[in-house]
Order: sequence, then C-alpha cells, then structure tokens
Amino acid sequence: MNFSWMAWTLPTALFFITIFLLIAAMGIWEFFSPGGGPRVGILRFETTRGDRLFVSLLGAAFIHLAWLGLGGPSLWWALALSVVYAIGVFRFV
Amino acid sequence: MEKTWNNKAWFLVLPVLVLVAFSAVIPLMTVVNYSVQDTFGNNEFFWAGTDWFTEILTSPRFWDALWRNLIFSAVILAIEVPLGILIALNMPKHGPGVPVCLVLMALPLLIPWNVVGTIWQVFGRVDIGLLGYFLNSLGISYNYTQNPAHAWATVIVMDVWHWTSLVVLLCYAGLVSIPDAYYQAARIDGASRWSVFRHIQLPKMKRVLLIAVLLRFMDSFMIYTEPFVVTGGGPGNSTTFLSIDLVKMAIGQFDLGPAAAMSIIYFLIILLLSWVFYTVMTQSDAEQN
Repeated sequence: MNFSWMAWTLPTALFFITIFLLIAAMGIWEFFSPGGGPRVGILRFETTRGDRLFVSLLGAAFIHLAWLGLGGPSLWWALALSVVYAIGVFRFV
Repeated sequence: MEKTWNNKAWFLVLPVLVLVAFSAVIPLMTVVNYSVQDTFGNNEFFWAGTDWFTEILTSPRFWDALWRNLIFSAVILAIEVPLGILIALNMPKHGPGVPVCLVLMALPLLIPWNVVGTIWQVFGRVDIGLLGYFLNSLGISYNYTQNPAHAWATVIVMDVWHWTSLVVLLCYAGLVSIPDAYYQAARIDGASRWSVFRHIQLPKMKRVLLIAVLLRFMDSFMIYTEPFVVTGGGPGNSTTFLSIDLVKMAIGQFDLGPAAAMSIIYFLIILLLSWVFYTVMTQSDAEQN
C-alpha cells in the first residue's frame, strides 16, 4: 500500500506514534488496575485516568498554540511546560 | 456484585474502530501532515515546520472570523434553545394535533442546507423576494447584500427557521416521557405553572437539552452552506465565518498548508468548547442527582 498521499514526515510520524503509545500505555494501566481510577480533584468533579489524559493532551495543544502565537517558533519550552502541566493534571485533577 | 469480564466484547467494538479510523483518524492525520508542509501539487511537499500555525495565529483575518463564529453561535444558542423549549411546552401531548405538529416541526429539517440558503437568498431579495420587498415597502431599507447588520440578521433568522425544530423535537421527546403521576402530584401540591416547569419539566429535559445544546453549538460553529449561499461571506467579510474562510483558503487560494493548520486550530477550539459544555452540563446533572 502506498501512503505517499498522506504526506508523512518523520516529526509527524513520531508525534502520532507517541499518541498511540500513550493510549496503549493507558490500556495496559487499565488492564492491571481496572476501573479508571476515578477521583474528585481540584476541578471539583469526578475524572478518570482517560479524562486526565484527554485534558493533558488538549491543554498541551493549546500551550503549544499559545507559544507559537505569543512566543516564537522554538517549541521546546512549550513541550517542557506541557509535560509539567500533564504531571499537574495527573496529580491534582 | 463482581463484574463479569468478557474480552470477546472488544471484537464487537472493532467495526466502529475501523469506521472511525477511515472516516476520522486517517483524514485527521493527513491534515496534520499537510499543516507542517507546503505543496504546489503533483504530490510534492516541502517542509515548513510551524510556519503556517504562526501565520494563522498572528493573522487578524483568522481572529476576526473566529469572533464572528463565536458571536454567531452564542446568538443562535440564546435564541434557539429558549424558543425550542417554549414551542415544545406548547405543543399538544395527545390527540390529532400531535402528528400535525410533529410533521410541521420536522419539515425544515428535511430541506437540504443549500436549498435553505437558496430559499432565503430569494426570500430576502429586494426586487423579487417577499421579505425584502415587504420590509422595503414598510420604509425599512433592508438589503442584505449591502448592509452587514441586515446580512447578519438574515443569516441568524434563517438558522433559527432551519434548526429550532431540532431543539423542539428533542425537548418534546423529553416532555412526553414524563409520567402523568408527576403532574398529578404537582396539582395536589398546588404547584404553579412555573414551579412545574422549574422542578419537573426542566430537570426531565436536561439530558435532551444537553444533546440539543451540543449539537446546535457544533453545527452553528461549523456553519458553512447556508451563509455561503445567501451572502457568500459578505458584504465585505462581515459574514465570513471560519469554515467559509477555510474553504476560500484551501480551494480558492490552494493554500493547503495554512488551510490545514487553520483546520487543526478550528478542530481544537471545537473540541475544547464541546468538552467544556459537556462537562458543565453533565456535572450539574450529577450534582442534582
């Protein structure tokens, strides 16, 4: 099968592989600890591990967009900020 | 009670996963790939990095279209949801009037979007349109092709005409599912009409209202066909919403890279706002229960 019409590049392939690995890791986590780990965090409503991953990824996307719009083209600081944000979400939300 | 785990159930989910992969995931991946490259056709691509995202995020054209879209969705929700509830509350619950009302309500939903746009384009014309001619004969110089306020009013009224029925039908479905015992109990307690609405009908409609608000928000935020047919995004850019701007960029200018970057930003905004709507409404529902 020829996927050249999808215009793949190495960075975008790595990006999607990372997303799929994250989802796979969540699946493995769920297998060993079923139930989704629901809890009520600082947002004052119940979230599961899946919700927290979704909030982390969505937040990371907006952190990167804000960095591009307000900062500059180098996204390493945005990535670092996103990782800190994701840790915060998994710890406190 | 211990839950029964049956991993064979995963196979039942497989067809949906395959369908979503082909209809959503693969196209989305392609858009992401396009958003970091430039192309002039012939399947040749040149790496552009994050340039298109920076270009879109610093472009007044994008922000103007986004604000127009947000204001349009807010106005649409503010009109269609209360109006839909009001009509549903006043529709007959028994008797021969029920099928008549349901058919009348379903009619606008059955008309294709481009036909709705054509109907309103002709209806609003000053020379041959009933609405345009009538308003002008009243001394109101209505002309949606020249006046941005008139163009906005036309697009909003058209959307209300087309989609309020959806809210009505969803609310009506919620209302007819309320058992008569609730109303009997309210009558015994001497509850007022407002109290019945506030404490019986509204809570019972909450789930269908959530669906109605989400559907109407997403649809109005992605609106393209009707305003494109009626105003073409004008006069000037006054009714150029994000989707119209996106099509102009992708097809009119063949700027596929910037258009892909804009699509991703557009998608993320819809995803965020839908998640906020869904979370707020389901949480308030959970707190009430």
